[in-house]
Amino acid sequence: MFKENLKMSWRNLIHNKMRSFLTMLGIVIGVSSIIALITIVQATMNGMTSEFSSFGTDKITVQATGTPLKQGLIDSDIQKLSEIDDVAGVSPTLTGNTTVVYNGSEKKGVSVQGKNDVYFSKTEDLIETGRGLNRLDIENENKVCLIGSNIAEELFWGEDPIGEHLQIAGISYTVTGTLKESSSFSGASNNDAVIIPYTTATAILGSGYMNSVDVYMNDSNKSEKITSDIETVLNQSFNYKEDSFTIINMEDMLSSINKITTMLSYMLGGIASISLVVGGIGIMNMMLVSVTERTTEIGLRKALGAEPKRIQQQFLLEAVFLSLFGGTIGLLLGALIALVVCTLIGSTFALSVSTVLLAFGFSAGIGIIFGIAPARKASKLNPIDALRSV
Amino acid sequence: MSEQILNMTGIIKTYQMGDDDQVVLDNISLTVYRGDFVAILGPSGSGKSTLMNMIGCLDTPTRGQYILSQQKVDELDESELASIRNKEVGFVFQQFQLLPRLSAIQNVELPLVYAGVPEKTRKNRAWKILERVGLGEKIHHRPNQLSGGQQQRVAIARAMVTEPTILLADEPTGALDQRTGQQIMQLFHELHEEGKTIIMITHDVEIAKNASRIVHILDGKLREEFAHV
Ligand SMILES: Nc1ncnc2c1ncn2[C@@H]1O[C@H](COP(=O)(O)OP(=O)(O)OP(=O)(O)O)[C@@H](O)[C@H]1O
Ligand SMILES: [Mg+2]
Repeated sequence: MFKENLKMSWRNLIHNKMRSFLTMLGIVIGVSSIIALITIVQATMNGMTSEFSSFGTDKITVQATGTPLKQGLIDSDIQKLSEIDDVAGVSPTLTGNTTVVYNGSEKKGVSVQGKNDVYFSKTEDLIETGRGLNRLDIENENKVCLIGSNIAEELFWGEDPIGEHLQIAGISYTVTGTLKESSSFSGASNNDAVIIPYTTATAILGSGYMNSVDVYMNDSNKSEKITSDIETVLNQSFNYKEDSFTIINMEDMLSSINKITTMLSYMLGGIASISLVVGGIGIMNMMLVSVTERTTEIGLRKALGAEPKRIQQQFLLEAVFLSLFGGTIGLLLGALIALVVCTLIGSTFALSVSTVLLAFGFSAGIGIIFGIAPARKASKLNPIDALRSV
Repeated sequence: MSEQILNMTGIIKTYQMGDDDQVVLDNISLTVYRGDFVAILGPSGSGKSTLMNMIGCLDTPTRGQYILSQQKVDELDESELASIRNKEVGFVFQQFQLLPRLSAIQNVELPLVYAGVPEKTRKNRAWKILERVGLGEKIHHRPNQLSGGQQQRVAIARAMVTEPTILLADEPTGALDQRTGQQIMQLFHELHEEGKTIIMITHDVEIAKNASRIVHILDGKLREEFAHV
């Protein structure tokens, strides 16, 4: 009986091709906008997530503005931080701008960063040629440096800079390596930077305070415990003064991004579903017209022995057919739009299974919800009145 | 006498018209036996179609008892009525009532679809019955590709394909010219001779004379005439 009804419904939709198509259009637009919006949002957010992950989820960043008396962290704080359980290493950063001179050519306003060996052992893809800083460089306050790709180009003109001497704020440093060119928009670019042992940076940059420290973890699952330990250390260090430091945990950032993604998907999906509801009303409207048009046919079918529930099923199937077809076309169209947009903005296109299921579930649901009223109307028609209405 | 297949006693049908009740069928009693060919004859507005709907289980009486093939029709619900219409009654309408989008054979098949007969058997039976009414060559024609008489033959084939207990025809020749009408009557005669039970409704005395038994209806009241027995 189901198969027969399927055939009948199909035949009827085919017969009214134009009308069926126009009715379907509402669902097509609704489903395609849902699919396109959700897919684009997810692709963009995935891109952002991977950018953030490239910062490393195994570290916690501490920004310390300190107090008027103590304007940042000092060596003993670094020492205490590195003694916290499950901390693999601590990498402080001292930054400032100064003039760099090589062979008579000078470059002003170069960003000089004081770092330590931990930074080099924990950061991947950092060094292009030569070597990074090691523990001895830090402890012995060696006058060595690594230079960014732009500096290498502008001061050395393609010459190998390793072993050469560079004047940084008037002090001579030996170049031990060059840094890889970085293109990441979110990672602070090292292209224009010079990196020196932080222990030697105090003299150049004037202040002995460190305002930024990366704490590396052995186990990122313990980030909560480690974060609270860091807080304890810093609170003691800054005498519990408010706003003297902030702790940025990449893990937390990522989960906030995920929350935002989910929220945005729901919100945009919700807005787009309004058009789906409008499409559903279109289906209901067409089905009601169809029932009225086919009153005699319904009466005849009943006279020939069609049970009410059978008539109901036939009309319901028509509505579900329409919305499922609309849903399929909408899915393809939405995926196409998302693909084009993703290509244009340079994110990776990925259609998730849940999105596809959502589209089908939604359109089938719309078909049933908006098809049930016309179908019931058809099944309740009195055959005598229906036959008389010729 | 042969087996009783239809028995109506004291059937009353009223329609509420404003404050008054309009009595359309007034205390009707009718018995039909297997193999009968009954004509129900009456002028326009006398309640013929109402009676036919009642016999065909499309309508239920306001009062009275109706038994069709041992089943008390007045006690059945919607879906039981659908099933009894499908099995026991074959309708032939004045306006043929074929579905315009279906071919002749598909139209004839329809009652079998609702009876749940498998497709192969269905096609076979529909085709045989179309042959029987002389349309074996035209089974794939749409109604609009057939003449009025041919369309009525398709309708008769559709009414008979389930082998119903009674064939119920409301003005079957009403939309046809006299000659074609006579051909349809000829077909009814043949079916009657084959042992089918036929109830035909008409306002035309000449057409009614084709039947073996005539029942007059006037203002909702029946009067039997034993013309030629
Ligand atoms: N649904 C209804 N509501 C009110 N009155 C009705 C209804 N159906 C039929 N009637 C009335 O019942 C009477 C009989 O109608 P019916 O259709 O049975 O007549 P008929 O004998 O078939 O006439 P005709 O030969 O013109 O077809 C008419 O007076 C009609 O007005
Ligand atoms: Mg009538």
